[in-house]
Amino acid sequence: MNSADGLNDLLPYVRVGDAFQAGVDWSREHLSALFDGIAAAVDSLVEPLASLLTAPPAIVMVLIFAGLGWWLRGWKFGLGTALGLGLVAGMPIWEQTMSTLALVLVSSGLALLLAIPVGIFIAENPRASAVVRPVLDLMQTMPAFVYLIPAIFFFGVGVVPGALATVVFSMPPGVRLTELGLRQVDREVVEAGEAFGASPWKILLRTKLPLALPTIMTGVNQVIMLALSMVVIAGMVGAGGLGEVITTALFRAQVGAGFEGGVAVVILAVVLDRLTDSIGARTAAAKAQRAMQQA
Amino acid sequence: METVSALRVKSLYKVYGNRADKAMELLRDGAHQDEKLAGLPVTAAVVDANFEVKRGEIFVVMGLSGSGKSTLIRMLNGLLAPTHGTVEVDGVDITKLKPAALRKLRREKISMVFQHFALQPHRSVLDNAGYALEVAGLPRDERREKALQALRMVGLDGWADKLPQELSGGMRQRVGLARALAAGTDIMLMDEAFSALDPLIRREVQDQLLELQAELGKTIVFITHDLNEAMRLGDRIAVMRAGRIVQIGTAEEILTDPSNDYVAQFVADVDRTRILTASAVMERPLGVVDVNSGPRVAARVLRETQTSAVYITGRDKRFVGTVTADEAAQAVRDGKQNLQEIVSTEYVRTVADDTPVADIFAACAESPAPVAVVDAAGRLAGVIPRVTLLSALGSLSTDISENTATPEPADVTGAAPAANVTAAPEVPVQVNAQAPVRLTGGPA
Repeated sequence: MNSADGLNDLLPYVRVGDAFQAGVDWSREHLSALFDGIAAAVDSLVEPLASLLTAPPAIVMVLIFAGLGWWLRGWKFGLGTALGLGLVAGMPIWEQTMSTLALVLVSSGLALLLAIPVGIFIAENPRASAVVRPVLDLMQTMPAFVYLIPAIFFFGVGVVPGALATVVFSMPPGVRLTELGLRQVDREVVEAGEAFGASPWKILLRTKLPLALPTIMTGVNQVIMLALSMVVIAGMVGAGGLGEVITTALFRAQVGAGFEGGVAVVILAVVLDRLTDSIGARTAAAKAQRAMQQA
Repeated sequence: METVSALRVKSLYKVYGNRADKAMELLRDGAHQDEKLAGLPVTAAVVDANFEVKRGEIFVVMGLSGSGKSTLIRMLNGLLAPTHGTVEVDGVDITKLKPAALRKLRREKISMVFQHFALQPHRSVLDNAGYALEVAGLPRDERREKALQALRMVGLDGWADKLPQELSGGMRQRVGLARALAAGTDIMLMDEAFSALDPLIRREVQDQLLELQAELGKTIVFITHDLNEAMRLGDRIAVMRAGRIVQIGTAEEILTDPSNDYVAQFVADVDRTRILTASAVMERPLGVVDVNSGPRVAARVLRETQTSAVYITGRDKRFVGTVTADEAAQAVRDGKQNLQEIVSTEYVRTVADDTPVADIFAACAESPAPVAVVDAAGRLAGVIPRVTLLSALGSLSTDISENTATPEPADVTGAAPAANVTAAPEVPVQVNAQAPVRLTGGPA
């Protein structure tokens, strides 16, 4: 035994992993009812949505998406949507794409349901913000795979652990951008609300949130993009969809199938990104900003 | 109701920082802010403010940035809680109100106009103007009607459907004004309301405010760092420095009798010809004759006073006109018994007693005899000989340090130099040489 080993012996053995394991075990034992409830709830959202999206023939759905794109962004984007999704349908991995879309919509919806109220809360309470921010940093930098492990422990294999790992992974930008948007609202405009006797609640609903909406919509966009990237990884725990296509291709070394899955993810990402972006641009506050730039 | 002031502020303090209580004690013991507080991590924004604002008055708080005026105005409607002291609105101490009661008071009694307008960019001009009414829970139609009415008052009813960003700065602030007017409160707080506007627009909006004020008679607390604006708008002015109110008075009192060097320096470069009115520079008329006297009386007075015209007054000292030496002599020769027949309003010019000095120059130049000054009731209040006007100006434009070294008489600025030149009347050129006169009235 040399001296270096002797020095290393001075370091205590910190059992972080054991502690976390113990925490997970305890939760599993005592909170199983809660987890079952969550699992049932998520399941009841994802499955019907996936069946709804895959119920009509692929060609009808492609046209519906193209029409949506046309309405929100113009005919060029509508045409692009038709071509892109048409390609996906032709590959053909349409059903997997739609089940991924269902998973993305449900998990980002849940993520936003948590993220926006938390964002509002920490925008109003600087102290809470100081606590929440490092937690957000942790959530964002933790390797995405790590979320899958406890998720399997709690929920087994399937759609639910994938969805919940996605919720945790995609939430931070939703919180951050909600907070940022609210903090950016002109202090004097808020003060004017106070000076005319508006309640804090009314100022939040009628002034702050509408003015923060473009920034919050950027957050929504980011959440959806992160959810999409995580959903593919979630294929490893049996969440199905494009994740399954890609992981299967990975394990079987099928280059072509993997590429097809990747292309479908990219197309889905572009369509979702542009659609949410144009919804953000349609808010009153965004219009007001543009009016200001023109003036 | 008239006995209670609209606003009453008693020993009001606002100290920012962790050791505010300790600092308060020191300040109340009379510590000067800069000395004893130096060791404490505090900022005393407002120190021992005491004043009352009467109903229907424009009360201007003037000071440089950092003098605490914005903090002060925000304590008047409870946006900031004072460290110590009371603020009474219609006799109610608002520092003791609960948040909900405070909001009710703001809705019903105090509205506010902001420096950078603080309009809601995502809502139309009409919605902005009706904001206070929306907060108060008025039904939509009624709200829109009142908001439109307020927009009409500021001349913007044609812009109701625009977004604030589509309007110019001056128009936006008129929307801010309309919003405060639509609220229908008796008290309006205006925080540097016109400071963000360029000078010409600012002048326009000031005029509009004065017009509206003449009609509506609101109680207005107006914050500004611009002395000319303060002088133009304020019925009374409070000058603030480093958190303390150093002087409260009318524009004229502050100009002619600054309470200390700070105020004196502040007012040094104001354009006084805009502030001083005819009544501040006028003199007692030498020859005044009742209209019912005969021409002989007029002729005698003219001889005694060695002037070119006498001022004729009727009942209640109302100014009727003038009679010149020639006219009087002619009337005596013609055997006329009454001045009524020969009195004329052609010979001298007449100005109202509240006319700014800057606007008297033309009348003075055209009038061969001293200009007659009449009050609101038409009575002869005084006269302004050309010499008096010029020498008054001379003393106005001299360096302020001289003025503070040898205090001017409190009643009439320029009275002393005017007395000096009576030895050589009708020689304005000489006066000109003594004291450089800016006939243009200086920077407007």
